[in-house]
Amino acid sequence: MPWIARIGRITLHYIEEMGRMLLFLVSSFAWLTRPPLRFFQMIKQLHFIGYKSTFVVVLTAVFTGMVLGLQGYYTLRKFGSEAVLGSAVALSIIRELGPVLAALMVTARAGSAMTAEIGIMRITEQIDALETMAINPLQYLIAPKLVASVIGVPLLVALFDVVGIYGGYLVGVNLLGGNAGAYWSSIESAVEWKDVYGGIWKSVSFGLLISWICCYKGFYTRQSAEGLGTATTEAVVLSSVMVLVWDYFLTSVLL
Amino acid sequence: MIKLVGLEKSLGGQQVLRGLDLTIPEGQLTTVIGKSGSGKSVLLKHMIGLMRPDRGEVWIDGTEIAHLKGQALNDVRKRFAMLFQSAALFDSFTVFENVAFPLREKLKLKGAEVTSRVEEKLEQVGLAGMGHKFPAELSGGMKKRAGLARALVMDPEIVLFDEPTTGLDPLLAKSIHDLIVATQQKFGFTAVMVSHEIPEVFAISDWVAMLLNGTIATMARAAEFVRTTDEEIQEFITAGGTISLDGVMAKTRERS
Repeated sequence: MPWIARIGRITLHYIEEMGRMLLFLVSSFAWLTRPPLRFFQMIKQLHFIGYKSTFVVVLTAVFTGMVLGLQGYYTLRKFGSEAVLGSAVALSIIRELGPVLAALMVTARAGSAMTAEIGIMRITEQIDALETMAINPLQYLIAPKLVASVIGVPLLVALFDVVGIYGGYLVGVNLLGGNAGAYWSSIESAVEWKDVYGGIWKSVSFGLLISWICCYKGFYTRQSAEGLGTATTEAVVLSSVMVLVWDYFLTSVLL
Repeated sequence: MIKLVGLEKSLGGQQVLRGLDLTIPEGQLTTVIGKSGSGKSVLLKHMIGLMRPDRGEVWIDGTEIAHLKGQALNDVRKRFAMLFQSAALFDSFTVFENVAFPLREKLKLKGAEVTSRVEEKLEQVGLAGMGHKFPAELSGGMKKRAGLARALVMDPEIVLFDEPTTGLDPLLAKSIHDLIVATQQKFGFTAVMVSHEIPEVFAISDWVAMLLNGTIATMARAAEFVRTTDEEIQEFITAGGTISLDGVMAKTRERS
């Protein structure tokens, strides 16, 4: 029965791929602990993943907050509950939208660039050149990106949260005439530290997921322009889907 | 001395190397020739551990490297340098930074010492004053020269050249060949070159080996190689026209 053999082959392929991905991650972290520490490389990556993503994250955050303010205000007004607009906006952003949307923006901007950069280095033999110089590419190229992403994404999420809440304020209070005091006090009474911690834990794991998948796809790019295009697409799609899937599991654990 | 024993390698289900045996003499220039896709670059990558054989052994002066990993493999690689077909310069670095990279990373050199060694190498390859340029601003020949400077800056014991003149015009190809021969003679490193440039390789190499059907069909001194009676090899080396044996002999005498 050829179809059973085909299913078996595909299953084995995916198991092998997952094993290779896991080894890639473990090896990268193992190299991270060995000298020399690539501090300068890490700062450079933090600048690229974190600082250079600031604009797109702020833009996403402000409009997300504004649309939440708009939708929230008119929905809550039906029940005479405009006073809790602040908590509705803040909880939605801090618990879910901040980590998820910031992670998706980082995937689109920095993740795709990571895959393309590493993939081009693979195709043009620059990674082989590193190896011939007795420099481990996992230590020199990959580990700094993983660390920078784990640090950078939570910082971007924190920024997203603040800007998003102000976006909600801008529409709910300044534009639609809600009460400013009620907006902030509802946030203060509804948002707990565990919501903030939950968001931070999510963003740390999203940062790791994005850099892991995107670096892996670039590192094992097939040796062609088409292969690089495919790798970049796969990296962005897989990272985005994994962020959403992982978000569901984390939420079910954290709630 | 590099010694390959019974090397076997399959890529994408196709067997590229089939029990290949090859010994590279120390301190001399050996060129491996062969048809496109015959596995010459694969062979070269086995010598430096960029690829692992399915079966067989790779010996570098008494150390078997086919199964080495991590630091042990890196220790062996420190004796090597490689000039890639595409030069493989880091495109986000300038030429100066590319050549300085191994000095800074491996020898931890800084400041004036790096500058003097890099400038010396750039001058040797004819790129003096070009250190500030990025690889994208260089011609194909200049990239190869910069790659050669980076390969030689650590004074390696063994240098591998993967088709160093592919895609260059005949004059540039000759200048790269001359540069390889001059630096090899000056520093005395063991050189292994993969090339398609026939008959030029017979004039610049000490030894020539032909890779055919996954094994070394023949290996001989350059002047002796052209006298081979094997029809398939004769057909390959004379395909571009008759080789001037006198020219090869003259060049060989000149080298010795």
